Amino acid sequence: MGLFILRRLGVMVLTAICLTFIVFWLTNLYPKLEVLAKTQGNFRMSDEAVISYLGNRGYTQALPVKYGQWLGVVPGYIIEGSDGEIRSKCERNSPPTDETPTFCGIIQGNWGFSTVAKEDVADVLPTRLGNTGKLMFWVLMVMVPGALIIGVLAGMREGSRTDRSLSTVSIIATATPEYVSGVILIALFATPLFGMQYFKGTATSAMDNITFNNFFLPVMTIAIYGMGYIARMTRASMTEIMTAQYVRTARLKGVSFANIVIKHALRNALIAPFTVIMLQVPWLLNGVVIVETLFNYKGFGWELVRAASNNDIEMLLGVSVISVIVVLMTQLISDIGYVFLNPRIRIS
Amino acid sequence: MEELSWTGSFASTLIPAIMIAFAIFLIGIILQLVMGFFASEVKLQSNTDGTLKSRGGLQGQLEKINTQLFMLIVLIGAAIIVVSWFMPYGKAGILGEIIKRFMPVWIALIVTFAVSIFFKRKLGLYGKLFDSTIGMIGFALVMFWVFTSIFVGFFDLIATHDPLQQISGIKNKTPGFLVPDGQEANFFPHYLLGGDNLARDIFSRVVHGSVIVMLIAPLATVFAFMVGITLGLPAGYYGGKLDTILSFLANLILAFPVILLFYLLVTPEIVATGLPNYMGAFLFIFPLIFCGVLINSRYKTQGKKNILYLSIVLVPLALIYLMVISDNASPLVIWPSKLDFITIPSGILVVFVSVVFVNSPTVFRIVRGLALDIKTRDYVAAAQTRGEGTWYIMLWEILPNARGPLIVDFCLRIGYTTILLGTLGFFGLGLPPESPDWGSTINEGRKLLLIYAHPALPPAMALLSLVLGLNLLADGLREESLKD
Repeated sequence: MGLFILRRLGVMVLTAICLTFIVFWLTNLYPKLEVLAKTQGNFRMSDEAVISYLGNRGYTQALPVKYGQWLGVVPGYIIEGSDGEIRSKCERNSPPTDETPTFCGIIQGNWGFSTVAKEDVADVLPTRLGNTGKLMFWVLMVMVPGALIIGVLAGMREGSRTDRSLSTVSIIATATPEYVSGVILIALFATPLFGMQYFKGTATSAMDNITFNNFFLPVMTIAIYGMGYIARMTRASMTEIMTAQYVRTARLKGVSFANIVIKHALRNALIAPFTVIMLQVPWLLNGVVIVETLFNYKGFGWELVRAASNNDIEMLLGVSVISVIVVLMTQLISDIGYVFLNPRIRIS
Repeated sequence: MEELSWTGSFASTLIPAIMIAFAIFLIGIILQLVMGFFASEVKLQSNTDGTLKSRGGLQGQLEKINTQLFMLIVLIGAAIIVVSWFMPYGKAGILGEIIKRFMPVWIALIVTFAVSIFFKRKLGLYGKLFDSTIGMIGFALVMFWVFTSIFVGFFDLIATHDPLQQISGIKNKTPGFLVPDGQEANFFPHYLLGGDNLARDIFSRVVHGSVIVMLIAPLATVFAFMVGITLGLPAGYYGGKLDTILSFLANLILAFPVILLFYLLVTPEIVATGLPNYMGAFLFIFPLIFCGVLINSRYKTQGKKNILYLSIVLVPLALIYLMVISDNASPLVIWPSKLDFITIPSGILVVFVSVVFVNSPTVFRIVRGLALDIKTRDYVAAAQTRGEGTWYIMLWEILPNARGPLIVDFCLRIGYTTILLGTLGFFGLGLPPESPDWGSTINEGRKLLLIYAHPALPPAMALLSLVLGLNLLADGLREESLKD
């Protein structure tokens, strides 16, 4: 087990390095840097001015070197610019002093500087993550119990009318991406169009103070899409368990149906959905981006959109580091949890 | 001419009837659901002559009533369609006029269903689809949009206006708004679903949007399947190092949040570097490899036939491939521009490439899993003993036996691709902002959603119905293929 986790961790680190390198490469392509220079400097820069602007700030170094500096395994640049100023990476483009460290990458805890927010990435991200964490929490609180109940009810009698109706409901839920359900929910419940204006159409006020009124729609929008999938997986696992030998034995012994479902089947039927729920978390990340944009809720996804549309390189890298960690951690937890919950599986 | 109301002269007759029928039907369904929890399990009992006894009791009655109610709803719906066809313009309300505009689609649907149900025993899996209600509903929804896109794209039939045309004074106006005077004689007099914030007709934009989805989504899914199959079969069949490397790469792409990837890939600056063209050159070669290997592995012992078939398939494919990937506006020019008859707009190419790129790792994983499972079967061992080549075993023994799950996943994946296209449009990536595709239209509409909700709703419902149709179709196919 220890070796298994170690190997998984090794693959995780490798994956994280590859992914951040791809993000680094894509954000550091020359046309993107040119746009960055023009938005940071001024829009009427000539081509030479762009080159010297980028050169002075270390953007024109070789890609692996730049990546190494960001990561913190290559010493940060100290460049004497064409305008005579000396800029060093570790001092945010001011001249180096005696205390300036040699390495200042993400390993040293230096996440860089957001060119759009004009703040440290490490200062911006925690508040954003906190906001998204609240959203995620409520989504999971709604989604997981709802999906499990639907799945178990549908799966306990395969082919019954209950099963068919609930399965159709979950198919409809999986067919409703967040931007569709969000638009429909807002139009239904937040505009006077249908006379049912019960909720707020934006979640901006929810950043300070979450109320049922301003948080219901965003939470439901994300929960609906994920719920369908988890419910279908729960149903599949439940129907499989209900045909198992030991359930049949319990039936033949005359155990009541309710007892069979609650005491015998349920515990085993919930192993598979656990994995699915964990693997669903990265999917929620997508939903979070859409919903936060739609409801103007300044969380992690909102920051991703802002950073990406302005080519805010270091913010974008910070965002991708965090999302990659989330994705890989949930995969690891689902693997370990699966082994832990299901004693029949042994990994040598 | 005056503004159209929603239901026109049906408002007092058929619409209330169908509403009441539908409400009772819903109540019946909920009642059945609730009763289903408490009722004992159903045991089918047969009469002496072998037919099944009808279910007695309250539940049986309810079931019968509900079936009849459903038939009634379908009948009234059909009546509305037929009657509105014979009504003069403007009498049937917005709903009636929309139904009239879709008339070629209804006819095509009825013909398809009539022919398919008549011959369903001879049509294999496709015919069996017509045994399941869910599958039929899904198929109807999908074919509705397929026919719509065909009639709009090729015959320019359904749309009432040009999707880009703006008429001053109809900005953000509600459905059924009368176009002001002073237009040409044959001009359609109403905006059926209202105008958006640039005063364009929403109805026409939605039906034109179906063309873009139908162009990109199925084709992108086919390409993703070609890539996934060509890489997944050897990975599953050989295993070992190849499998480790390919699986690592697939997991790498899958660990990327899709939206981040889209934001990085689908930007004008990336298009300027020519990266989408290079990715296209890599991804579009897989259909060629697939077809080439498919034919060669089968006919390689019959030299003449092999060369004939290979040249029939590969030469046109290779020509199309070269014309598609070579683009004078991009850095990748490998085909003389005088012979370059196909040029894909760079916006569409980058969308297409990134959608294929996101989808193929999942297909790869599915195919790999299936190959791992099937390679232990006896018929594969038999083929190995016969001394067949490995590609023959993979493509002609394993692949045909994996078709069931692959067909089901194909339907689901077209739906997922549609969702991805909508996501791209929703963030305003790739396609030009005035493009009528559903995602872009939702994006336009959402900006003023709290003030004017009507522009965003029709494209949202359209996208929902298409994806729902595909999911139901996949469900029906899965059910029917499991019955074998």
